[in-house]
Amino acid sequence: MFNLEALDLARIQFAFTVSFHIIFPAITIGLASFLAVLEGLWLKTRNDTYRDLYHFWSKIFAVNFGMGVVSGLVMAYQFGTNWSGFSDFAGSVTGPLLTYEVLTAFFLEAGFLGVMLFGWNRVGRGLHFFATVMVAIGTLISTFWILASNSWMQTPQGFEIVDGRVMPVDWLAIVFNPSFPFRLAHMAIAAFVATAFFVGASAAWHLLRGNDTKPVRKMFSMALWMALIVAPIQAVVGDAHGLNTLEHQPAKIAAIEGHWENADNGPTPLVLFGIPDMQAEKTKYAIEIPYLGSLILTHSLDKQIPALKSFPKEDRPNSTVIFWSFRVMAGLGMLMILVGVLGLALRRHGKVYRHRGFQRLVLLMGPSGLIALLAGWITTEVGRQPWVVYGLMRTHDAASHHSVAQMSTSLALFVVIYCSVFTVGIGYMMKLVSKGPQPHHEHPPEGTQVQTPRRPLSAVTDNLESATRIH
Amino acid sequence: MGIQGIDLSLIWGVIIAFGVMMYVIMDGFDLGLGILFPLIGDEQERDVMMNTVAPVWDGNETWLVLGGAALYGAFPLAYGVILEALYLPLIFMLAGLIFRGVAFEFRFKAPAEKRHLWDWAFIGGSLLATFSQGVVIGAYVAGIPVVDRQFAGGGLDWLAPFPLVCGVGLVIAYALLGSTWLLVKTEGMLESRMRHYSRPLAWLLLAMVVVIGAWTLQLHPELATRWFNHAHLTVFAGLVVLAVLSLFGLLRSLRQRHTHWPFVFTLVLMFLGYIGLALSIWPNIIPPSVSLWAAASPATSQLFALIGALFILPVILMYTFWNYYVFRGKVRIGDGYH
Repeated sequence: MFNLEALDLARIQFAFTVSFHIIFPAITIGLASFLAVLEGLWLKTRNDTYRDLYHFWSKIFAVNFGMGVVSGLVMAYQFGTNWSGFSDFAGSVTGPLLTYEVLTAFFLEAGFLGVMLFGWNRVGRGLHFFATVMVAIGTLISTFWILASNSWMQTPQGFEIVDGRVMPVDWLAIVFNPSFPFRLAHMAIAAFVATAFFVGASAAWHLLRGNDTKPVRKMFSMALWMALIVAPIQAVVGDAHGLNTLEHQPAKIAAIEGHWENADNGPTPLVLFGIPDMQAEKTKYAIEIPYLGSLILTHSLDKQIPALKSFPKEDRPNSTVIFWSFRVMAGLGMLMILVGVLGLALRRHGKVYRHRGFQRLVLLMGPSGLIALLAGWITTEVGRQPWVVYGLMRTHDAASHHSVAQMSTSLALFVVIYCSVFTVGIGYMMKLVSKGPQPHHEHPPEGTQVQTPRRPLSAVTDNLESATRIH
Repeated sequence: MGIQGIDLSLIWGVIIAFGVMMYVIMDGFDLGLGILFPLIGDEQERDVMMNTVAPVWDGNETWLVLGGAALYGAFPLAYGVILEALYLPLIFMLAGLIFRGVAFEFRFKAPAEKRHLWDWAFIGGSLLATFSQGVVIGAYVAGIPVVDRQFAGGGLDWLAPFPLVCGVGLVIAYALLGSTWLLVKTEGMLESRMRHYSRPLAWLLLAMVVVIGAWTLQLHPELATRWFNHAHLTVFAGLVVLAVLSLFGLLRSLRQRHTHWPFVFTLVLMFLGYIGLALSIWPNIIPPSVSLWAAASPATSQLFALIGALFILPVILMYTFWNYYVFRGKVRIGDGYH
């Protein structure tokens, strides 16, 4: 019991720090590509709306990037501090992948980010655009390495076990493991969708306050196009990802579906809602739709999906948690598709810029992408349990041997620090959002400008408080 | 071990040692500023102090991330065991660095009446991070017991006199780095006050080095045989002579009101101490019992990660030097931070 509690605390701590962290990179990934598109459009059309939007969002990008660096520092150490058994067992694979991620991020920050954030007046337009594009690509390369590492933990291959430890044999097989392409696509798109709804909500907030300017309209429109096109693509990718999971991690699917046993030969229904009970081995208060489970997961009307009871008790992921986290993700995904379609319908005669009800809906949906992203990660990570490396190492063998007192101390510390520090950071980002896009005045570099620091956050000069109000 | 005669573990050992040294030296002086902060009450002078490192501090910290990731990739056993053994001081260090990093940014953006809160976050974060790093180094040198590839000590082993004294020692060392850095970067009142502080800090550091050195030999009597045997005595003596010369040079250059030499001599002192430490631990990566090669990941892992490192590290180094070059020169009161 004692051990279990320390293990639980280690898991909670890791979940807490990584969940907090992932919010920032997700927005970084999305905004970097958004900025590249904005700058590209400005260079192509010379429409200053794009330029003003670029400067507006690049400030928010800078603060967000800074938060990501600070919270990422902790992540580089959490694998060892909390999971030393895992580090020794699988570090030969996950370690080099993480090294690549850090090198990529370091390279990015060292080189192109400075030009992107501080070089507007100092380098040529083409070179500046190149830097922005490189930053956008760089964030995706970072995603590539981290997702390769995580996917390998879900569907490991390309290795041998020597002396009880993982020995990499084929790096191509390791990186391009079976779930990697699906997870990478799903995550990258999730970052785009989350950013689109963040941008859309920011625009909606301004429109609702009567700040109906060209740049605000433009970003509202771009966010809605993004929602319309990308949210349905995400549903298709998610479906493919689900089929891949069914093939490689059937227990996860059974737990997501709250599906305990297969009746003889009949098709599997879809449990729409219910409360899976791990002890009683059934889903209470289940509302089922016949055939739908088979239809969604096997794309047929008669094939069955695996049931939880066909797995030994100690190999079952917690259905109560991931049944619901999955539904939160999928439900929000459908709402996002709906918002995209509604936006399209309201586009005629520019109604979309006047319809306050719709704008309120978009504002409300602002955090939906990030919530769905977190819910999705909870689903796939809790769904991997009880394994840390699927089928190879159990989570309780992965943990460092800390006492409950140690784990509670550090967890409390993290909660206090994250909540105080990052609340200020996020508050600051919101303040920047509330200022809205401003016309950008081109001015030649002053003589002393070489002295300007080149850190992400110093790209932003606005005060923390003394909020400026529009109207 | 190696591929075609190349000792990958050795290469990675050198890369990580280099990365950690870059970190200790470069983040050392900007953490030192936080330690010196309480001694300077004037808001404008505090602004100047922060401005001297504003362009570089976050790049400095990135070496710490790189060190952690490289250790994970090349020596996963060491990564797991050391981070488990030194769990709490490392968590405290990270906590301190977070506070300090964010304070750095938001201090300049905070309204005047709230600025002192961020000042305290900066001071507290710098002190906590530095002291914890010293504890980490001390506990690491004292030794981390490993049995069957697992940490075999207790979670509070680091809470012992030796690591705690090392914590104090590092606070003094970073303070000296910080004060001599400010001699390079500032002028007027601030510079002369730093000159005033540097001398006692140098003597204090000497005292700490002697105490910690003697204590280390007492903890590890085998080190005495290593250092004082015939083959190594010249190296050891050479390090000691160089250190004494550097200290002498430091005190002399302080007296003669040089601006750059005190910092250079302090850097040399830190470097010599670091080399001494590395040579004492060699060839272990988890002292006292696990060698570089015993903790290494398979050659394929080390080679795979090395390819990326060899491409990217030179670029990072070039950028780092360029960054320091661009922001060279004194920082004056009222100089634009933004």
